Amino acid sequence: MGRYLSKKIVVYLVTFFLAVTINFIIPRMMPGDPIQLLLSRYSGMEGGREIIERQLTLLFSLDKPLIVQYLNFWKSIFTLDFGISIMLFPTPVTTIIRRAIVFDIVLLVPAIIVSWIVGNRLGAFTGVNRRADNALMPVFYFLTSSPYFWLGGVLAFFLGVVLDWFPISGAYSATMIPRFSLAFIIDFLKHWILPFLSMVLVDLGGWAIGMRNMIIYEKSSNYSKYMEALGASHRTIRDYGFRNGVLPQVTGLALRLAGIIGGAITVETVFNYPGLGRMMLNAVNNQDYFLLQGIFLAIVTMTLVANFVVDFVYMFIDPRVRLSLSGEV
Amino acid sequence: MIASFLKEHENLYYALTNKKVIVGLVLFLSIVLLAVVGPMLTPYDYEEYAGMPYDPPSPNHWFGTTIMGRDVFTLTVYGLRSTLLVGFIAGTIATVVGCIIGFLAGYYGGSWFDEILMMITNIFVVIPQLALLIIISAFLKVRGIIVMSVIVSATAWPWTARAVRSQTLSLKNQEYVSLSRISALSVARILREDIASNMFSYVFMVFILQFNGTMLSTVQLEFLGLGPTRGVSLGLVMQDAVNWNAIQLGMWWWAIIPGLIITVMITSLYLVNTGLDAAFNPRLREA
Repeated sequence: MGRYLSKKIVVYLVTFFLAVTINFIIPRMMPGDPIQLLLSRYSGMEGGREIIERQLTLLFSLDKPLIVQYLNFWKSIFTLDFGISIMLFPTPVTTIIRRAIVFDIVLLVPAIIVSWIVGNRLGAFTGVNRRADNALMPVFYFLTSSPYFWLGGVLAFFLGVVLDWFPISGAYSATMIPRFSLAFIIDFLKHWILPFLSMVLVDLGGWAIGMRNMIIYEKSSNYSKYMEALGASHRTIRDYGFRNGVLPQVTGLALRLAGIIGGAITVETVFNYPGLGRMMLNAVNNQDYFLLQGIFLAIVTMTLVANFVVDFVYMFIDPRVRLSLSGEV
Repeated sequence: MIASFLKEHENLYYALTNKKVIVGLVLFLSIVLLAVVGPMLTPYDYEEYAGMPYDPPSPNHWFGTTIMGRDVFTLTVYGLRSTLLVGFIAGTIATVVGCIIGFLAGYYGGSWFDEILMMITNIFVVIPQLALLIIISAFLKVRGIIVMSVIVSATAWPWTARAVRSQTLSLKNQEYVSLSRISALSVARILREDIASNMFSYVFMVFILQFNGTMLSTVQLEFLGLGPTRGVSLGLVMQDAVNWNAIQLGMWWWAIIPGLIITVMITSLYLVNTGLDAAFNPRLREA
């Protein structure tokens, strides 16, 4: 591990530190004084003023000097106390996040893995097949150019409205009670498939283009020419090129993660899917700043964890890093 | 005359005779043209109730009307203007910032200065841009075109910095760079004359990709209702469509056409980029 991992961990820790600091600074810096706005807006609510004031003291402690405010802010993060949501009064922000993050995970993890695997396979295929290349590359470029939410809308229109195969709103039918029954799982999957598919299709294009270019590059390398001279089949040459192309694609995944998680926010909005993204937007529209800040931190943490996992995977599939760990090189 | 000019500028010749570049450029320019002259072609205003609601595309309303009877074509061309402008300014800022950081980090490669610059870059890479943009926009009550561009570009530059840095690293040990260095030329001049000018085509392609990326983030932000606070934008049109259930009501002209235009535009720029790659890179030219 050593240097490779420790350097990454430092970046992640600094990022987390900055995210918390941004969370702290932005409401204090922005024009229009959102905190005063909040106070005046909710002072009319029954018992609202006391609760808001308690929260403001907890999270902002406006009467104390800035540095004390900042330290208190950190304290609230370590105790996972992000206050109480105003939109869904009086649910604690932490509870809302815990409920919503499940939907993000079931949507994002399969989408990222499936699009990466399928995209790379397709890319490798087009890299060696001229006809497939000419036919599929424009499609890949088109997919990777689509905004996530627009492709989601297109799928919702054709598969959801015109063909009426899948429902296009929510995570499960309103009549269903979430529990472990076959009927519920089928209902859940039916709602899940369209947002899942829109994420997969957009990402798939980018992976395919990357892998296709990598294969073409590897095909012109000396070892490929040598293999060709020895009479190896195109397939074998492609497979070797594929293995060399996978590593940059894993690095690419680490670079794209933040963008994919951002895209999920818009997809959840289109499909009214109750994940963190839609919650975040609801929080913006309802000026629920506590919820907004809590969700921002949750999304940042999610991205950092995902990045860490990718780094970890990279460490194990790159033979140079792997062997240096066991001391064989 | 033209022939001799093209002979002297070989790169330009190969660029303009590449099939992908031609197709991409034609598509791209026609969409830019749409944004430029579109507002003059339409007799309506984008806020005006122009006709019957729920109208599918017809000679009177080329892209149909919304649920409130607004003309979708008018909305689209005005929105396209705003989105293109934000994307263009943001893409330019991001390219310039990314290049400057990349040049400096690459030129001082391996030093603590490089380490710090790359640390900052890596932090911006892992932060989820859209979430950060949402939280900034949420607290900024008034957002104009310029503010939007700065917000978008703030998270767009990191990959450019990394890419330009690694290019600079490979250039800085060339002999002519060493010659400039022992001639005691200033760092700014070496970077400008020896390094930047040799990467011109590369930076140009980076700019195209940046433009694509910033347009996508701009549209996404606008779609979330965090675009410019005044006027209309493409993302806003699409947000309205989703909010008013245009998809459920089968109003594809409202829900799909505006997004299709921006998608085709970004695709066309990718085509130009791939074509230029082949044109600028003699090794790929034969294939």
